[in-house]
Amino acid sequence: MDLQIALLLGQDGITNGAIYALLALALVLVFAVTRVIFIPQGEFVAFGALTLAGLQAGRLPGTIWLLLALGVVISVIEASRAVRERQFRRIPMILLVNCGVPLLLAGALFALSPAALPLPLQVLLALLVVVPLGPMIYRLAYQPIAEASVLALLIVSVAVHVTLIGLGLLFFGAEGSRTKSFTDVSFAVGDTLLQGQTVLVVVASLVLIVALYFFFERTIYGKALRATAMNRTGARLMGISGSLAGMLSFTLAAAIGAFSGILISPITTIYYDSGFLIGLKGFVGAIIGGLASYPVAAAGAILVGLLEAFSSFWASAFKEVIVFTSIIPVLVWRSLKTRHVEEE
Amino acid sequence: MSRSAIPQATLLLSLFIAALLVAPLLLPEFYLTLLNYIGLYAIVALGLVLLTGVGGLTSFGQAAFVGLGAYTTAYLTTVHDVSPWLTLPAGLLVTALVALSLGLVTLRLSGHFLPLGTIAWGIALYYLFGNLAALGGHTGISGIPPLQFFDLELRSGREFFYLIWAVLLTIILATRNLLDSREGRAIRALKGGAVMAEAMGVNTPRSKLVIFTVAALYAGMSGWLYAHLQRFVNPTPFSLSQGIEYLFMAVVGGVSHVWGAILGAGLITVLKQWLQDWLPSLLGKSGNFEMIVFGLLMILVLQRARDGVWPMLQRFFPQAPVHGPMIKAQALPRRPLPEAGSVLLEVTDACKRFGGLVANDRMSFCVRAGEVMALIGPNGAGKSTMFDGISGVDPLTSGAVSFRGQRIEALPARAIAQRGMSRTFQHVRLLPAMSVIENVAIGTHLRGRKSFVAAAFRSDRGEEARLLQEAAAQIERCGLAEHMHELAGSLPLGKQRAVEIARALASDPCLLLLDEPAAGLRYLEKQALAELLRRLRAEGIGILLVEHDMDFVMGLADRVVVMEFGQKLAAGLPDEIQRNPAVIEAYLGGLE
Amino acid sequence: MSALLSQGERVVILEVNELSVSYGKIPALHGLALKVHRGEIVTVIGPNGAGKTTLLCALMGLLPARGEIVYLGEQQGVGRSVEKLVRQGMTLVPEKRELFAEMSVADNLLLGAFDRYRVGHRDELETMDQVFDVFPRLMERRQQMAGTLSGGERQMLAMGRALMAKPRLLLLDEPSLGLAPLIIKEIFRTIAQLKKTGVAILLVEQNARAALQVSDYGYVLETGELSLQGPSRELASDERVIESYLGLGGRH
Repeated sequence: MDLQIALLLGQDGITNGAIYALLALALVLVFAVTRVIFIPQGEFVAFGALTLAGLQAGRLPGTIWLLLALGVVISVIEASRAVRERQFRRIPMILLVNCGVPLLLAGALFALSPAALPLPLQVLLALLVVVPLGPMIYRLAYQPIAEASVLALLIVSVAVHVTLIGLGLLFFGAEGSRTKSFTDVSFAVGDTLLQGQTVLVVVASLVLIVALYFFFERTIYGKALRATAMNRTGARLMGISGSLAGMLSFTLAAAIGAFSGILISPITTIYYDSGFLIGLKGFVGAIIGGLASYPVAAAGAILVGLLEAFSSFWASAFKEVIVFTSIIPVLVWRSLKTRHVEEE
Repeated sequence: MSRSAIPQATLLLSLFIAALLVAPLLLPEFYLTLLNYIGLYAIVALGLVLLTGVGGLTSFGQAAFVGLGAYTTAYLTTVHDVSPWLTLPAGLLVTALVALSLGLVTLRLSGHFLPLGTIAWGIALYYLFGNLAALGGHTGISGIPPLQFFDLELRSGREFFYLIWAVLLTIILATRNLLDSREGRAIRALKGGAVMAEAMGVNTPRSKLVIFTVAALYAGMSGWLYAHLQRFVNPTPFSLSQGIEYLFMAVVGGVSHVWGAILGAGLITVLKQWLQDWLPSLLGKSGNFEMIVFGLLMILVLQRARDGVWPMLQRFFPQAPVHGPMIKAQALPRRPLPEAGSVLLEVTDACKRFGGLVANDRMSFCVRAGEVMALIGPNGAGKSTMFDGISGVDPLTSGAVSFRGQRIEALPARAIAQRGMSRTFQHVRLLPAMSVIENVAIGTHLRGRKSFVAAAFRSDRGEEARLLQEAAAQIERCGLAEHMHELAGSLPLGKQRAVEIARALASDPCLLLLDEPAAGLRYLEKQALAELLRRLRAEGIGILLVEHDMDFVMGLADRVVVMEFGQKLAAGLPDEIQRNPAVIEAYLGGLE
Repeated sequence: MSALLSQGERVVILEVNELSVSYGKIPALHGLALKVHRGEIVTVIGPNGAGKTTLLCALMGLLPARGEIVYLGEQQGVGRSVEKLVRQGMTLVPEKRELFAEMSVADNLLLGAFDRYRVGHRDELETMDQVFDVFPRLMERRQQMAGTLSGGERQMLAMGRALMAKPRLLLLDEPSLGLAPLIIKEIFRTIAQLKKTGVAILLVEQNARAALQVSDYGYVLETGELSLQGPSRELASDERVIESYLGLGGRH
């Protein structure tokens, strides 16, 4: 390997690593706030990318149907609860938020012919379709058993993942898609060509990470999420309910996932099930951070990206084997540090 | 509990076995193949019942263990011409080694690191199978020889049927035997009772490792059978998604019941068959759309019926009482008690800090054999923390504890229990779904030796009878004889506290730590408890007592130590303590 | 609404009748009845394990309860939840404080005003200044992490955080727990001051003398039932209170 190849691999590694880092942050956030190990994170990556690809190809993305269906189910559940509690006044609002807004969005997709819209608007529409799925899935799948063990929540996560993969196949078919490039600029750095799209991924990830930092450090909602992660009872007593915190963290995670998918879709072909492996690599990073530390998780994720890039050069067939067995030494190291009998 | 329930359960089982015996004679090939797969899947799902339903751990990587069993035999029989009967132990050995190393790495960590580890390892192994040239890459290995019993070659599914179901039934029996034993009780305590089990001397990491390995071995066994049934292997059936499907089977069937494994394997397999025929034509596309249905089904099961389908069926069949008649057995040997009046426990300068809070501050006191020492003080004074420090449940920050002349402050709870200290918990730590006698029998854990292998093959019955007899004796002693076979969770709180004492006594302690034993008891029950403690004292057992009922304490204790703000406020005879102005002040408080 | 509430001069903030709570099949509280008026400090004293914390958790909606709970003239029904009660101005300072240990004192206080912020109030900084007036020590420590505070400061922060919600009913669970006498004195002096702001306080305490000294009315809780009640001054001199704590009488 010469320096040029090393630089290329490094560039690849950092680009992917930046995406894994974003996903790792979302995973740590969701776990800290809700104790959910968010396996379906990867599906949001795929849905984000494929929804955008669908819009660009002039197709109505299947995710809009999912949005409508989830909205109807939630409306039925919430409305029947309102009836039980004799709070009839709440029903119009429930219908408006869960059915009205998705319908409006679907109408917009029909009316606007998104393929002709400028790229930023396409991205916005894709995010508007995919991101609300996060809190809706939280509401339907997780909130009813929010108090269950981490293990039960994990099994639910895997079930949600399996369902979404199946739906992904149904909506987008088995063939992969790429979206249009955000930029065609490229820079020459020495002998290496630096792709503008690659730079964009890294810069956008960094911007998002900084934005997240400000959200958590400076805004009361960000602080409320951190408070829930630290002390659930304490947060509840302040009126920060578990479901509010859950919805909020799932919204963030879905946004990060869909945005990541949109970022990488011009440089990688995304299939309906591509998200899973991408999400899991974010997980490897998150596990390096013990599912608790944000900076360590992000650093771990970058490391995973680099490890992946270089192992694809040396032993491309065993790339996945190397990446996924790399968590074993991490677990060994973590395990040597713990000496405690734990009650689940 | 009707007596006729026993024959009825046996009758159902006999009917089931009879149906299995005649099935290959009556059913067409298609259904037999389906049943063969159900059997193979159920063997794997049974491992998950043990791991998830009983032990509270889980794995998404069981398919990878199936793959290890299958690939080991495929490789050895085709490349090296080894007999399939030798590749079975070889495959199991490989499986066990991988499971042990993976378990050693993850089982110390919080519960969710094991399943995450198994996801990673499931993916890694799948790609390894698919990319190793020696294992045929993605095309796999074909030409695996059939199994042979003397001259009979098992070439058809019809012949294989008996083997698969015989293995399955044997494993079910062995699993049931294992769970109904000393090691089995320790395993059943893992879910929600690990701290208590450790305090009773159970090595909980070891128990976790055992069930993880056993579950992996079941999977490896299924893989070996699969390879010789198919006579061909490739990586696909050992992928992560198959591992997820195994877990679905266990959860849908009933993850806490051995029969749930068969039921779940059956339901998911048949449903999958049906959906695969039906969904693509409905949706007009081809693909694994059944996974959408399975995923939704799982979410519903976990939200609405977390125990799965088996318990719903069980309602229609009366359950056989779980206990047989008590067999007379030789009493267990007892530990020689130290001489009355000799110092049993000596605590010196014990400190415990939680961050900036000091819960115990330079506490020193001792307990002698044959006395009741009471530790009292207002709420938050640090008494329970002191107990946790002495018994090793939550070790001290600094200070020394010696017990019968040996330093113990650095030992884990189970090692301290081994030396003859036993305790009860302020917040009762019983296993509510187990009977009183099973709960108390956990206390006898260190007085038995027989391993889980002996339990699986029932060669532990002699020892088991002695342990149960000891548990029964302690239950009677604590006045709970009529509740012996009731579920511990169904008793009122006062009685549950008595069960805690019986469990502590069942470990044959020379020092007993009782944390608020009289709370929630009625007057007569308190008197009976006081009487029991007096008798224990007379036998020479030392008792360290934390209690808030002052009548109870003052009438019973030989000496009293009063704690406040984590420190020793006063020490002396009960009369002195009751008249001590500082103590009255501490209890009633005041602003000048 | 207030017209409905007033009984003569005194507005009833909380009225509880036949309140029972059980953990599974195990009863913890049985048939309790009590009343708290506006601007009044009511105390529930009793020995350890009598069910005092259970009472507050049940009132706050953290535990399911049977019986009648009327808060601000409104019967609490099926939809009762912690979050709703917080919105209606009920705030609990729990026995374990439940602070956000890895956040600064100021952020802990800020989150006390979370629900008010959410419904549109933007007066959290003024409220924080008022809290600093009550607990000057918190002002000094405002940049410090809550986890590094001493026991007394933690209690002050827990109370300060509760005051950030501008509560109408403050539930205090054992504010003296594990604190040294001088600090207890300071805390109780503050509780007495708070009364002047018009907030109603339900104070649960083991430290009977201190609690009876600051309160207007008292109840004695023993093994899940209220055994005695009366104006605090009378209870303070009642021999039976001492008995129920120290078991000097040997009565059952």
